[in-house]
Amino acid sequence: MCRLAAIISNEYFSPMENILALETMKEGHDGSGLGLILRDLGGEFEDLKEFPVLSAITTEKGFYDLDQFMVSRGFRTKHMWEPELSPNPGPTVERHDRYIVKAFEYPDHIRDKPFEEKAEFLLRTRLEIRAMGERDGGSIRVFSFWPDVVTLKAVGDPLEVGEFFGLDKKPIPARVVFAQGRQNTNYAINLYACHPFFIQGVFTMTNGENTAFVPIREYLTSRGEPGYVGYNSDSEVFAHILHFMRYRLGYPLPYYKDVITPLKDEEMEGRPDADALRLMKRSLRMLTIDGPNCVIGCDRDGTVFMVQDAKKLRPGVVGGVRGRVGLMSEVCGLTAAVPDRDTEKDVFPMKYDFVAVRPGAEEIETWNQLDGSTTTISLA
Amino acid sequence: MESVGRLDHNHQLSLNDLPYIVRWEDPRCTRCGRCTAVCPVRAIEPGVFEKRLVESTGPIPLPTTVRKVVSGVRQVTDIRRRCIGCATCRLVCPNDAIRPEFNPANKFNWHINQEGEPYKRGGRRNDPGVSTLDQLKFTRISMLTDPALDAGRHEFRVRTYLGRNLPPEQLPLRVEGDSLVKDGTPFIPPVREIFPIRIGGMSVGALSPHMWEGLAMGVAYLNEVERIPVVMCTGEGGMPPRLLKSPFLKYFILQIASGYFGWDEIIHAVPEMQCDPAAIEIKYGQGAKPGDGGLLMAAKVLKHIARIRGVPEYVDLASPPTHQTKYSIEEAVAKMITSMSMLFGFRVPVYPKISGTKTALAVLNNLARNPFAAALTIDGEDGGTGAAYTVSLDKMGHPIASNLRECYLNLVKIGKQNELPLFAAGGVGKSGNLAANAAALIMLGASGADCGKYIMQAAAGCLGDERNRCNICNTGKCPRGITTQDPKLYRRLDPDKVAERVVDVFVAADKELRKIFAPMGRSTELPIGMSDGLSVADKAVADRLQIAYAC
Repeated sequence: MCRLAAIISNEYFSPMENILALETMKEGHDGSGLGLILRDLGGEFEDLKEFPVLSAITTEKGFYDLDQFMVSRGFRTKHMWEPELSPNPGPTVERHDRYIVKAFEYPDHIRDKPFEEKAEFLLRTRLEIRAMGERDGGSIRVFSFWPDVVTLKAVGDPLEVGEFFGLDKKPIPARVVFAQGRQNTNYAINLYACHPFFIQGVFTMTNGENTAFVPIREYLTSRGEPGYVGYNSDSEVFAHILHFMRYRLGYPLPYYKDVITPLKDEEMEGRPDADALRLMKRSLRMLTIDGPNCVIGCDRDGTVFMVQDAKKLRPGVVGGVRGRVGLMSEVCGLTAAVPDRDTEKDVFPMKYDFVAVRPGAEEIETWNQLDGSTTTISLA
Repeated sequence: MESVGRLDHNHQLSLNDLPYIVRWEDPRCTRCGRCTAVCPVRAIEPGVFEKRLVESTGPIPLPTTVRKVVSGVRQVTDIRRRCIGCATCRLVCPNDAIRPEFNPANKFNWHINQEGEPYKRGGRRNDPGVSTLDQLKFTRISMLTDPALDAGRHEFRVRTYLGRNLPPEQLPLRVEGDSLVKDGTPFIPPVREIFPIRIGGMSVGALSPHMWEGLAMGVAYLNEVERIPVVMCTGEGGMPPRLLKSPFLKYFILQIASGYFGWDEIIHAVPEMQCDPAAIEIKYGQGAKPGDGGLLMAAKVLKHIARIRGVPEYVDLASPPTHQTKYSIEEAVAKMITSMSMLFGFRVPVYPKISGTKTALAVLNNLARNPFAAALTIDGEDGGTGAAYTVSLDKMGHPIASNLRECYLNLVKIGKQNELPLFAAGGVGKSGNLAANAAALIMLGASGADCGKYIMQAAAGCLGDERNRCNICNTGKCPRGITTQDPKLYRRLDPDKVAERVVDVFVAADKELRKIFAPMGRSTELPIGMSDGLSVADKAVADRLQIAYAC
């Protein structure tokens, strides 16, 4: 089973902290891969927040193809970061030619358009790049193209990968970092199968296995959304469900819980919005999961959350101090990331809980699906 | 040398030509006469035989040969009175002296069309082979990466929706503060939450009063006591008027078919109905006999049936092959769905049922665009019927598995797989595997499955099978009292026992469905379209159904 380590902070921190947290949970992942998404970037990206950042892995040829493609689309490079790759990577690391993290200026025709138009444009561009890379057998693998977001993925043991990228020496600091140590189970090792999964500013990572994967995938791909592609992992649907309910249906974030694990009809009576829930349950039946899954996600505004399936409940814990909260699959990871916290305030989300931490990480909010109430834990 | 006249029995059949040969054991027979009295087709009759016996009557053994005339049981060779293999004779024999035996070398099909009348019968396609549904296996068993559920202890929701689900983009919802609220009072199509196995349409008329009553009682008990929301379809022929005006109407799907039988009574009862029916099924076709309308033979049109149907007594009631108002799918089906919806104030789901066909997609696509179409039922070639030409039964129709699958995948293509539920029928439980067949259909994309023949066999001991055993539903002489209107016959059937068995069947099916879904890790929602859970050991079938091939 995969191990998950997300940290949200009011200060910039190194993604190595997530990797070290994963290291404490090493018994649970087999080192078949590491995925990192960094949001709210600091360091050399701190002043580039409105510029979209492309995260990709390419061959040498793919690197030049990509460059030409971006130029042809009217993008101008604003800033580029390349990891200082370790000359002696650990034995598990699978090395690729180029790792690209590049901020661009928008093309002139889109620069002054509303953000929603830009969002669609960025998605279409990413998909074009992806298709281009797939056409010639994997010369380009693109993970995200969005302002203030960087994605790094690699096959290998998380710690070795972190050192390989030189994150221990020259990291990109960020205020939200998601890291997943992959336990490769059903699928071939494929960088596109590596969590976290990203689409238009939202991302999720998951542990467990999604038994309802095929009907959910078929439902998402039939929505006519070009971005609902991939699915090299059964967990990718969680990111797309989040995107669909937030940015296609416009539902408030906690309804994510109602979409993936709807209440029983008799339980809905306790909710003031029972009428809406009844309709949603029927219309979104195909997106119901049966788990076992713990999902950690991040919305466009930087709110991070953890939610469980309604029955089999994978491990998951949320805890921290004011200004720094960890959302982890195991307590040992949380202790590594936030050792000085008051463990009495740790939250272990159960079947009805939707636990969210807003940017700034001042408090932990637990929204109860059964009655719609919110319990807030102020952190010291 | 015998004269030619004595030997020439041309144009007569011998027992070897008949499908069943009655084995009668003289030494065991007590000559009670029960077997000949009970035979529904008079295939056996009391007979006399000349017999050579060795007797010794005096005080000293002195065997002598005598010839005597003795009584016994004789099977007739008239094809119209052939033994149908029902074995009712064996059922009533006190000394196990008689039984029918299937004769695989029979010449039945060559001789049954006497007087130019093709063979008509009840039952279903006479193919005892293993159906595609029975070949499918559930092979995605969760164990380590995804712990299986516990069928006995975890909470399961084995329910499905009958009715059109609005696509989420069209839901009348708006955000108010942090909540979603229902926006205004727009039309929301009616949807029923039901158990995913339904009892398919079998009419009052085709079924005896005791059988129909037993089914109805069983269904009511399942809903009200067991809380398993099973619904049953009336078939074409209306409903007993008292039931129409009862609070139990909500458990029944009223069927309208091309003869409109029973609808005069139904329409007149509408103002007095205490509740709405579960749904309205418009029958355009029946998997057992595609291209044929319903058929109720005159022998079954007794007074009470004539009254419910609004027709004279003792006339053949043949529904036309198509609805007379039907001109095109686009126009007539839409009109009919709208009319039936209007009758119940758009509070009742209305959907068509068609026979399995290569052209099912055309109907489906039309329904997908009709916002009032609540579902589509596709009835495959292994469906049953009370009366049809055997050529229709045996040689017409489309298997349900691939027909259902291609319809589901087409809905996936247009993104309406949750909007328009598909129900599959025809051969569900053909070999007794009701829950497994239904689960396989669900995982191929059905929202639910219908059974008819299975419930007659399980709940009332219907004798029919795919070796043409019995299958005389059309004659009104059903030896079990299931498909007859003759009080002497249907009194054999205890409606309470039927109801008990209906409850047994559905309670057991509910448990079996959990036993199938639990190891695959599904419990909250039905695994509709979860085709990765299925596999088959036939590559061609696997390719056609787009499921895994495993051997």
